[in-house]
Amino acid sequence: MHTSAPGAPLLVLDRIHKRFGQVVALQDLSLEVRPGEVVGLLGHNGAGKTTTVRLLAGLLAPESGSLRVGDGDPVTDGPGIRGRMGVLPAALVVDGRLTARQNLRFAADVFGVERDGLDTRIDATLALFDLADRADQKVAGFSSGMRQRLSLARVLLPDPEVLLLDEPTSALDPVAARQVRRALAKLAQDRRRTIVLCTHDLAEAELLCDRVIVLEQGRVVADGSPVELAQAHGTGGVLLEIAPEDVPRASELLAAASHREVDRDGNGRIRTTGLPRDRIPELVAQLAADGATIYEVRRLDPSLEDVYLAIHAQRHGAGSTPIGGRTEASQVGSP
Amino acid sequence: MNGRAILAVVRRDLIVVMGSRSVVLPALIVPAMLLVVLPALAGLAPVLLGSVSSGDMFRFLEALPPEAGARLSGDPSTQAAELAVTFLLAPLILIVPVMFATVIAADALAGEKERGTLEGLLLTPLSDRELITAKLIGAWVPAAVIGLAGAILYAAVANLVVMPQTGRLVLPTPEYAVMALWVGPTFAAAALGAIVLVSVRSNSTQEAFQLGGVVVLPVVVIVITQATGVVLLSVTLLFVSGLVALGIAAVLLLIGSRVLSRTRMGEKLG
Repeated sequence: MHTSAPGAPLLVLDRIHKRFGQVVALQDLSLEVRPGEVVGLLGHNGAGKTTTVRLLAGLLAPESGSLRVGDGDPVTDGPGIRGRMGVLPAALVVDGRLTARQNLRFAADVFGVERDGLDTRIDATLALFDLADRADQKVAGFSSGMRQRLSLARVLLPDPEVLLLDEPTSALDPVAARQVRRALAKLAQDRRRTIVLCTHDLAEAELLCDRVIVLEQGRVVADGSPVELAQAHGTGGVLLEIAPEDVPRASELLAAASHREVDRDGNGRIRTTGLPRDRIPELVAQLAADGATIYEVRRLDPSLEDVYLAIHAQRHGAGSTPIGGRTEASQVGSP
Repeated sequence: MNGRAILAVVRRDLIVVMGSRSVVLPALIVPAMLLVVLPALAGLAPVLLGSVSSGDMFRFLEALPPEAGARLSGDPSTQAAELAVTFLLAPLILIVPVMFATVIAADALAGEKERGTLEGLLLTPLSDRELITAKLIGAWVPAAVIGLAGAILYAAVANLVVMPQTGRLVLPTPEYAVMALWVGPTFAAAALGAIVLVSVRSNSTQEAFQLGGVVVLPVVVIVITQATGVVLLSVTLLFVSGLVALGIAAVLLLIGSRVLSRTRMGEKLG
């Protein structure tokens, strides 16, 4: 898969419109991904992430607009494009009635993986995803995490140039998710693979992605590196550790200043986002004047989660919290 | 055409079919009933029940094509058994390939949707034409092989029970050979064409099989018309039936291949 000009974008969606019946999935969606870039697609369920992936893979045809992958059109040049593309859909790609090895063998054959050393390559891939001891067992008996790992193994076995991954770590336990993130980071850094990552895991996107595109109702509402987005939309926050009896008063002050809900635990730790940096000294002074016992004040850089919530708040009002977002008095994790 | 990829899909579908209870159980039970029990009972009826000659039987014998009638043994006491296994019940062998083509194709097409593996398959580099070719080969080859094996089994059982009475092999007749080698495979192809169309609308193997089950009806009609003497299948008539089935298969598959385009299936992935 190549582009006609060096440095030209590898994946291009230009003013794409797509609907399913009366439901509009994408509205004039335009985005580009350059070779070697790792791009995160963020958005709520129904924002258009999966439709975007299916369009790029040639499983859907747009109603209007143009699509390009390399120098080809995914609908008319589908076989050639899909041959160099690894797509992990939200649905699993492995067949429960085959063994793990048979699933990988099938992928190798349909993607035309070199026959020489294929068995060794399959064994190595199974080992990479910690499935070597289950290689000859039917996938129907696997846990959802094992199926997800095998699906990823199947997608990566042909060593595709472009990876479109729809929530690759959603069904994995933390250890397996970390293994997968490491594998993806290695692919991006060492092999310069182009990766589009649809995820709800904002920490994962922050860790892996060079650029993040936020979709909402089929439109791009933000596009930039995590740092750029933080500068544009994030205001950071503050973590306070104070005496437990001072928590209600401090929470009240911080909520009023940030117009956000406040996270707090039972040990006197309070965290809020959306707080301008220059308001922190003033708030701390006020708390001190009220007689609060302050043990620690730490400014927090805006995370991608903060940015995402800020974008959402800007579009839907300050009080709204997206599904999956934090709720009032949720537990504070480790800062 | 990407032969390796097509073969991979065929191999995968065969592995899946061989491990499927809904396919394997009928594969054992239906041929056992139609191709073993029925011809055995029909062939042994004269021995078990005595002579079954009657006015109706003679009228039936008179209606047979002369060359077919001439093949029957001269002994009226054995003619009924021979007639039953070589003419009346012989079209039963057509049910087996048609039924299996239906079951396997429903599993291979609608079953992908049901198991949630369709999207993974659509994401492979196979073109639409390669994908449908692989699916059809994967269903037609086993159906044709099982059909042929069934025909051999039926002939073996028929000969086993009738030969002691006639003193000679009664099958295969020319009509039987045409049925086994030409009509069965072409009817299976027509059944596949129907299932391809039905699978577009079905979300489960069971639904596709129920909707597509009507493809067995033409075979049932043939069995009944032959058994009642309304139509007696000559070699010419059988050959033409096969040609018609092949034509129907071609038309249905042409329509099916258009309907089963990747982007149309992509729209229904949900």
